[in-house]
Amino acid sequence: MRETLLALDGLTKAYPGVVANRDVSFRIGRGEIHALLGENGAGKSTLVKTIYGLVKPDAGTMTLNGAGFAPADPGAARRAGVAMVFQHFSLFDAMTVAENIVLGMDNPPSPRAIAGEVRRVSQLYGLPLDPERIVGDLSAGERQRVEIVRCLLQDPKLLIMDEPTSVLTPQEVEILFTTLRKLAAEGTAILYISHKLSEIAALCDTATVLRQGQVVATCDPRQTAPREMAELMVGAVLQSPVRAARPEGPVLLRLRGLTAPAPHRFGTALKGIDLTLRGGEVLGIGGVAGNGQDELVAALSGEMPVAPGMVRLAEAEVGDLGVNARRAAGLLCGPEERLGHAAAPDMTLTENALMTGVGRMGLDRRGFLRWPAARDFARKVIAEFDVRTPGPENTARSLSGGNLQKFVIGREILQAPRVLVVNQPTWGVDAAAAAAIRQALLTLADRGVAVIVISQDLDELMEVSDRFCALTDGRLSASRPARGLTVDEIGMMLGGAHDLEVAHV
Amino acid sequence: MDLSAINPILLLASLMVAATPILLAAIGELVVERAGVLNLGVEGMMITGAVCGFIVATATGSPWLGFLGAALGGALLSLLFGLLTQFLLSNQVATGLALTLFGLGLSALMGQSYLGIRAPAFPDIHIPLLGDIPVVGPIVFQHDPMVYVGLGIVAGVWWFLNRTRGGLILRAVGENHDAAHALGYHVRRTRMLAITFGGACAGLGGAYLSLVRVPQWTEGMTAGAGWIALAIVVFASWKPGRLVLGAYLFGGVTVLQLNLQAAGVAVPVEYLSMSPYLATIAVLVIMSTGRAPGSLGRIFHAAR
Repeated sequence: MRETLLALDGLTKAYPGVVANRDVSFRIGRGEIHALLGENGAGKSTLVKTIYGLVKPDAGTMTLNGAGFAPADPGAARRAGVAMVFQHFSLFDAMTVAENIVLGMDNPPSPRAIAGEVRRVSQLYGLPLDPERIVGDLSAGERQRVEIVRCLLQDPKLLIMDEPTSVLTPQEVEILFTTLRKLAAEGTAILYISHKLSEIAALCDTATVLRQGQVVATCDPRQTAPREMAELMVGAVLQSPVRAARPEGPVLLRLRGLTAPAPHRFGTALKGIDLTLRGGEVLGIGGVAGNGQDELVAALSGEMPVAPGMVRLAEAEVGDLGVNARRAAGLLCGPEERLGHAAAPDMTLTENALMTGVGRMGLDRRGFLRWPAARDFARKVIAEFDVRTPGPENTARSLSGGNLQKFVIGREILQAPRVLVVNQPTWGVDAAAAAAIRQALLTLADRGVAVIVISQDLDELMEVSDRFCALTDGRLSASRPARGLTVDEIGMMLGGAHDLEVAHV
Repeated sequence: MDLSAINPILLLASLMVAATPILLAAIGELVVERAGVLNLGVEGMMITGAVCGFIVATATGSPWLGFLGAALGGALLSLLFGLLTQFLLSNQVATGLALTLFGLGLSALMGQSYLGIRAPAFPDIHIPLLGDIPVVGPIVFQHDPMVYVGLGIVAGVWWFLNRTRGGLILRAVGENHDAAHALGYHVRRTRMLAITFGGACAGLGGAYLSLVRVPQWTEGMTAGAGWIALAIVVFASWKPGRLVLGAYLFGGVTVLQLNLQAAGVAVPVEYLSMSPYLATIAVLVIMSTGRAPGSLGRIFHAAR
């Protein structure tokens, strides 16, 4: 048994209307890689924020190194040896790597010395970084390196990592794991938060599972089946989506040399994308965020018009048409950002249903809105996609992430698209809702609709796709049948090696 | 028309004086905006500073105390803005506009019995040796002390923002307030300090008008200088060096058009009067390349 570094005893934290943590107790040993597992909303973030001094618990105590530990702010936690890598990076885009690192330290060395320190630590752990670069220009993997180096410069005793791999390619994940194992071997304890069970089985010594704010189990992830852990997290038996064998339909979407400049400074240009999609087919597009996903969706949805021939729907050229014209023709899109892009947060579900459905569902007549029809449409989406809400007059913001996602995807599906493009359909959605959304997409394909799923979640893509391609730096790889693809092959595709045969030599 | 009546040395010398009030107000607003707060109340804080400075200076006979009073007056008014926007989370744009209207009214009320009085004299200093250089001396080194104080504040702000930890934290708060909060920095405290500094600088700029440039109190005497200061901050891409350029350009065209008016150029006065505004904005628009601080104008909720 390892010597205990941090012990949590009966931590409880309640917010108005919800108990985020209820009587949470567990201990982390020196040099241990400890997984914290749970669905969104299970209270993982609140718990680590408590350890990092951002949240004060209502009850319960923490003990670090045998002494009482109640950090008043993150500075106090850092001085006690606790460092944290955030899920949504706590970086400042317009500043340099060195400035970002200095901001995360309490007693930074002089600006000249910091560059040398950064180089030393990045060499030591195989995390190359240039201290002079502007963070906004870095890739997601490099940005995470900045956060990790920032933590390592302070010799932490406990390193907290909040969903660190959600933005990394499989190769980058491997590098990260090597670093983490090295740190653990040196005696640093790591608290690793994730819901990716395969990673946890590969990396962690112990796993604590949270559900609705409570510890429901502690297990050894190497000895426990992933499915068992998943069911512990969800508290229910999971259904895998089923797909029927589908006949090949006619070509519905054809992209020819789709090229577009980056829409803003930190955007990505699209470079000569070719793609053919048939009815009844699900194409999965994988890739790390920031490689052109948003731009590709904008070019497909019509938010970013391109040359007419670059996008063809059936045989019609639609590249220069706007969003509404493409919707009328049957090309529908569900963008990534639920609140603010796919839905207007402060408007009701009826209004949100109207906004994309007004044309195809005939919800207006001579410029006037047909509110009863819009309400019926919203009710239908709510009923068919099991959206948990008191009714269509609630605002989009009031729904949980999973429920709102079911609503915005369902809203597009019920409009009977010919081609549906969805970006990150299950990002930040609990497992049950994610399974429902995936099943709905497959059912749609069974009806002869062509579906494009853009996602960073490779497991998801393997589950739903017939074919898979990778989007890297605005280029789309040739597609490959999804069945039988190995993680290594996918990693090579995501790494930008487009011709796999050559890459193998 | 007699263009030879325009003395180029005097013209350039008065440029620095004409630019100083805008420079002072703009450098304060630059710090506020780098901290991520958009305070549109510069005009109101300037005019409040102008009347506060005038009242204190005539009461005490000391222009220096007048400037101190102006800075305090501007800072107090900005604290009201800070309280409303940072703690009561009101909309920054609406609150800033209201602050301008409030400042204009408040200053008119406070200055009622001070109309038509002259401010105590604020003599120019003649810097030894440097002031004796031909041509350059009268242009650069023979002004009143506030001209140099203004430039000193700009240099100090540049140094603070780029060379100190405090400046780094201030920029971090303006760039991404959620990340700064997650790292344990005090977003509200940083912003309140920046807002107060901005108010004090705007007050100094206003008092420069009422104590040096005019020098007496009239209602609405800032005449849009606060708005120009706001525009200069944006077009200077939030960089102190460019701010000086913008302010001097504005000051230069202002004195040039006054001289042209005096020389009787056959262009309607209205066109000449609008020329400084047009020229400054045109030049700075062409030059502007920068990106606004990431959190500018966004309301900060301490996440739970």
